[in-house]
Amino acid sequence: MALLKVNEITKVFGGLIAVEDVSFEVNQGEIVSIIGPNGAGKTTIFNMLTGVYKVNKGTVEFEGKEIQNKAPREIVKAGMARTFQNIRLFPTMRVIENVLVGDHINIQYNFLDLLFRTKKFRKAEKEAAQKAIDLLESLELGDQINNYAKNLPYGMQRKLEIARAIATNAKLIILDEPAAGMNPQESEELMKFILKLRQNGHTILLIEHDMSVVMNISDRIYVIDHGRKIAEGLPAEIARDAQVIRAYLGSGGVEKDAEQDA
Amino acid sequence: MLLEQILNGVMLGMVYALIAVGYSLVFGILRLLNMAHGSIFAFGAHMALFAVAMQWGMPAAFVFSILMTGLLGMAMDRVILAPLRAKNAPNITCLISVIGVSYIIQNMLMICFDSTKKTFPKLFDFGNVEIFGVTLTSAQIMMFLIALVFLVILTIIVNKTKIGLAMRASRENSKAANLMGIDVKKVVTFTFFLSGMCAAVAGVLVSGYYQMVYCTMGTDAGLKGFSAAVLGGIGVLYGSVVGGIVVGVAEALAVAFLGGSFRSAIAYVVLFLVLLIRPSGLFGKDNIDKV
Repeated sequence: MALLKVNEITKVFGGLIAVEDVSFEVNQGEIVSIIGPNGAGKTTIFNMLTGVYKVNKGTVEFEGKEIQNKAPREIVKAGMARTFQNIRLFPTMRVIENVLVGDHINIQYNFLDLLFRTKKFRKAEKEAAQKAIDLLESLELGDQINNYAKNLPYGMQRKLEIARAIATNAKLIILDEPAAGMNPQESEELMKFILKLRQNGHTILLIEHDMSVVMNISDRIYVIDHGRKIAEGLPAEIARDAQVIRAYLGSGGVEKDAEQDA
Repeated sequence: MLLEQILNGVMLGMVYALIAVGYSLVFGILRLLNMAHGSIFAFGAHMALFAVAMQWGMPAAFVFSILMTGLLGMAMDRVILAPLRAKNAPNITCLISVIGVSYIIQNMLMICFDSTKKTFPKLFDFGNVEIFGVTLTSAQIMMFLIALVFLVILTIIVNKTKIGLAMRASRENSKAANLMGIDVKKVVTFTFFLSGMCAAVAGVLVSGYYQMVYCTMGTDAGLKGFSAAVLGGIGVLYGSVVGGIVVGVAEALAVAFLGGSFRSAIAYVVLFLVLLIRPSGLFGKDNIDKV
């Protein structure tokens, strides 16, 4: 059974159909990418998955349960966590605190425990802190634990955002254009990082418009253009797909080049 | 003489600090000036008065006042502000609404408790205490200590607990917090409870100090607390504490050396001077409006 199964979801803004009948699925342990030119509807799909937008039609099943149109908070609880295209950390909080916010929904104690600082409370706090430290160390952010998030270099801020998503105990981590604004070296490093996440057992859904980024690391790729799915398959298949090439280069691209050469 | 007045000012300033923290808590998360805070403060004082009149004793009066005032803050958020936020109302709409709420609370107090000045029992009276050769009344010292205890409790809640972490995350970026699984609505409501709690404690302490309770007592105290919050950098909790103490000391010195009629004027002159040098307040962040 697929971890995430999306069935023909549609999103309409007024008269504009932003996403139409898009279906895809993600299996446990995979890296799946959704690509498409700018404005294809990738982020809209994303926002539907994470509960920011309501789905007009179709279903989103996560572990067999329908989760479309639930509040973002409940979707996080169900086991899906995201990062943002433009980094949204908590800038004046420390690195470890950013991760603790992600873990927030997993800490169990009530107000009375807090008031009397019961054993349960202290244990929960201590465990949460240790878990955060372990996570940061495994992601090579160990020496930044007490730094403020805003002081980190850009690449590390990305990693921290991913760490925050992992801390929610998410079974599926959704990355929204993680390579945006990165130079080739930085995105190279990020790709290695994402591969490592899979080795650690995480399942990843990646949204990206830069083809070169996803070709090397994806198990499967879905291509979206003008709100519709135009192709799906292995990276090698996608790279040869005529429709995909047309979507990225435009239909007149080949002939125009030929004219210029003449 | 100088030291004595400074200490007097610090004692009173702690109460302003409590009021200021109430403003800061709400402002930090919602970017909203809770102009009803003064009336909520008066409400807290009246709840304590009610409990005292029912002869429940002072500790019970304290707890009763905190609970009722906290609930009032939560109710104000749920009934008036949350629906406005849900409709993406502009900030100015929320501001006008809380000013309205402020008068509604004040009028309700006048209807239920009438508009005369009512006497309130002295909170603590164990005679005088001498510190550094300065004589302070035990009432002053207890006021200082109780305010301090509540400020410490508040600091612990905000900095050391799960809900505090959620509060800080919501303050930094409420959208991201929501998408990380934090129930921002609940966090805001809880913040209003804490803010109401601060107002109630301050209300009871001020009532005990001046031994007087009246419906419009929140106007002046509310403005002083607000000034203290701005002076310290609104939204920054320890800033509010420092701001409260500065306002308290300025007031005490003005009364001692210039006379009682200068009481409020000097506090505002100090506020003005500080803001000329540091427009965002002593500990304020430079750009509050980043989003």
